[in-house]
Amino acid sequence: MAQELVLEIAGLEKTFNPGRPNAVTAISGLDLSVRPREFVSIIGPSGCGKSTLLRLVGGLIDPTAGDLSVNGRSAQEARLARDYGMVFQAAGLLDWRSAIRNVELPLELMGWSKSRRRSRATEMLDLVDLGGFASHYPSELSGGMQQRVSIARALSFEPALLLMDEPFGALDEMTREYMQAELLKIWRETATTVVFITHSIPEAVFLSSRVAVMSPRPARIAAEIPIDLPERAPQVRDTEEFFRSVSLVRRTLRSVEHE
Amino acid sequence: MKFLRGGTWLPPAVFGAAALGLWELVLWGTDPEGFVLPRPSEIAIALGENISEVWVASRVTGFIILSGLAGGVVLGAVAALVVIRFRTANETLTPLAVAINAIPIIALAPLFNNWLGITSPRSNQAVVVLLVFFPVFINTARGLSEVDDEQVELMQSYAASDWRIMRTVRIPNALPFFFTALRLVASLAVIAAIVVEYFGGRQDTLGNIITQNAQFTRYDVAWAAVVAGSLIGIALYFAALIVERIVTGRYARATAEA
Repeated sequence: MAQELVLEIAGLEKTFNPGRPNAVTAISGLDLSVRPREFVSIIGPSGCGKSTLLRLVGGLIDPTAGDLSVNGRSAQEARLARDYGMVFQAAGLLDWRSAIRNVELPLELMGWSKSRRRSRATEMLDLVDLGGFASHYPSELSGGMQQRVSIARALSFEPALLLMDEPFGALDEMTREYMQAELLKIWRETATTVVFITHSIPEAVFLSSRVAVMSPRPARIAAEIPIDLPERAPQVRDTEEFFRSVSLVRRTLRSVEHE
Repeated sequence: MKFLRGGTWLPPAVFGAAALGLWELVLWGTDPEGFVLPRPSEIAIALGENISEVWVASRVTGFIILSGLAGGVVLGAVAALVVIRFRTANETLTPLAVAINAIPIIALAPLFNNWLGITSPRSNQAVVVLLVFFPVFINTARGLSEVDDEQVELMQSYAASDWRIMRTVRIPNALPFFFTALRLVASLAVIAAIVVEYFGGRQDTLGNIITQNAQFTRYDVAWAAVVAGSLIGIALYFAALIVERIVTGRYARATAEA
């Protein structure tokens, strides 16, 4: 049964500066499971530890207690096995590398040959509709385009798990909705498993197969809301079902905040 | 390269020529003997008459400048790499570098002359190296450390080693900082080398030509040596600029135009 889960978290706890007067318990008793090809959004009040959770999953920081396994491996092992594609709010592109060379970066680290790298990166840029911008530098691209390069980079090596930390948080509303549609298209085409952090309720509802609501600090998953929309086209945002789901998530979030 | 295109070099060239013309004219009317300040034409004539002496001195002083510059730049850049890579090195080396920088290094020239031999180039080189070291060290270290957290975390998510992060993220990020320092110390090295020569040592140096001729009120010859020093400084500045353009290449142009 455990093998069928991409991500399995049980009783996770993270305390910063443990044993010191300034100790802060960010996460406590957090459980979460993610199945293959699921798109799970994690939403919660600001400062509740969403990014901390993502960094724990990604093996960038270590938990204080609890179990966390990715395809049956620890987060550290999974990180060293390059199971993760990460996308942050800042695109984090290397300014001195062209778009295509940014996409090639993880492949370079994995020792791919130059020609294999180039053809995969070209494919990935086409996937995010930036085929014509391969030789452009980040400073020559808009914020939305930079974020698309960042997504192409994260997907280039077909990671087991795509971890996204408010990737569209810095974009304007129009670009944001466009990027959400793009992401869904990519998700369908690549059959990737996605854990997506956001503080936007409509964004979580539009994108996800499931929304996990985090409590304030020390954070745990207080509720999980399956989202069942008939089709994930932009028009769905104007439907009754969409509003109902948004409202349900909002009410859950509110009740969690005042627990 | 922008500064080589007609549109950008013409205005400063015209301005420079006009300033020299004004200098010539004003002194021609007020100080015809050139007691206070020789006219540009007199300096040019003095330079022509003493060209072999100034040329030899330029080579001697130029060697001190270049070797001291190279030594200081390499030391500064290597120290910055070590300091960023190893935390303990940072805690010991950085205060030391700050302490060295607080010393008025040129004022130590007579002491260096005593330690390393007054006619030896070592004492002159030592002063130039020490003076060049700090700006290169501090700027490069800053460029190496001021990288985006996301970029480092991304590299970690690809299981990149610390050295790999250094090579792929930190060093390219530090290059513009390093080159800014390089342009700065290019002229600093010229000043340091010439001033150290004021404290004695070999006769065939630019610094010595300036002090000797100033003593005997042959200001035009002293100025000819100053002109030679300036030319070395300008040449080094542009050499640094050209190396920077070559190294940062297309990226620098893309950024400048954005």
